[in-house]
Amino acid sequence: MNLEFEIAGGDFTKAGYASSQVKKMLKQLGVEAHCIKNIVIALYEAEVNVVAHAYEGQILVHIESDKITTKIIDKGPGIPDIEQAMQEGYSTASKKVREMGFGAGMGLPNIKKNTDKLQIQSKVDEGTTVEMVNYF
Amino acid sequence: MKVSDLIEQLNLEVISGEKGLDREVTGAYVSDLLSDVMGNARESQMWITLQVHQNVMAIASLKDLAAVILVKGLRPHESTIRHSNDEQIPILSTTDSTFEISGKLFELLKKEGCLA
Ligand SMILES: Nc1ncnc2c1ncn2[C@@H]1O[C@H](COP(=O)(O)OP(=O)(O)OP(=O)(O)O)[C@@H](O)[C@H]1O
Ligand SMILES: [Mg+2]
Repeated sequence: MNLEFEIAGGDFTKAGYASSQVKKMLKQLGVEAHCIKNIVIALYEAEVNVVAHAYEGQILVHIESDKITTKIIDKGPGIPDIEQAMQEGYSTASKKVREMGFGAGMGLPNIKKNTDKLQIQSKVDEGTTVEMVNYF
Repeated sequence: MKVSDLIEQLNLEVISGEKGLDREVTGAYVSDLLSDVMGNARESQMWITLQVHQNVMAIASLKDLAAVILVKGLRPHESTIRHSNDEQIPILSTTDSTFEISGKLFELLKKEGCLA
């Protein structure tokens, strides 16, 4: 089964909307509560990263009998050094974004902690794809 | 303990989300960093913060938090209030500082045996 959602970059008023749609659907599908919690954390962080750092994006959810694969694909500036970006506390967020409480540099570490498999591909000036797998 | 039980005892003002006042409370999380709350707060906890914009409610809803307490008399944005009513998660306000309200809430939940 497949689900698809759009993410608008730059608009913090809608940040989290796609994640909440996915959460509702996973609940309806009867996915186990603990699994939903983990996915929601990881998905929200990936969604907000598109809003905060990229221009636009898409969420693709693929559900199989034993796992959920979630892909967040964006068009944006890309991440020059993924290893550095993964470090807790590393952030390029603007002062304004930080004042809102974003930009702690905890998003990618949160994604890592809450997924069983994580793959990040990025091309500077093109965009970033985050692919994560959660087993039931 | 329910959110409504805390209101009287801690002298909190209910700003919005009245329909969520019977949510069960099992603890609290204190932070103004959104990713910190996203990663570490748990379902049914109160969230004590000074952030007043609507992303607070997006997180409260995604995490199934019991309610949000704004400190130092801070007022939420209109959009935050709307979101709180839609999601039926209360926003409560206190004139206390984060330190004071956290201490009081901790004592109360502990006394009532409500800390999960
Ligand atoms: N989709 C993306 N496109 C471009 N850069 C990104 C993307 N996601 C992350 N980054 C880069 O990686 C850094 C670290 O990301 P991470 O999510 O860990 O922290 P943050 O978004 O800065 O803050 P927080 O998530 O704690 O609010 C970002 O500051 C940004 O430089
Ligand atoms: Mg982030």
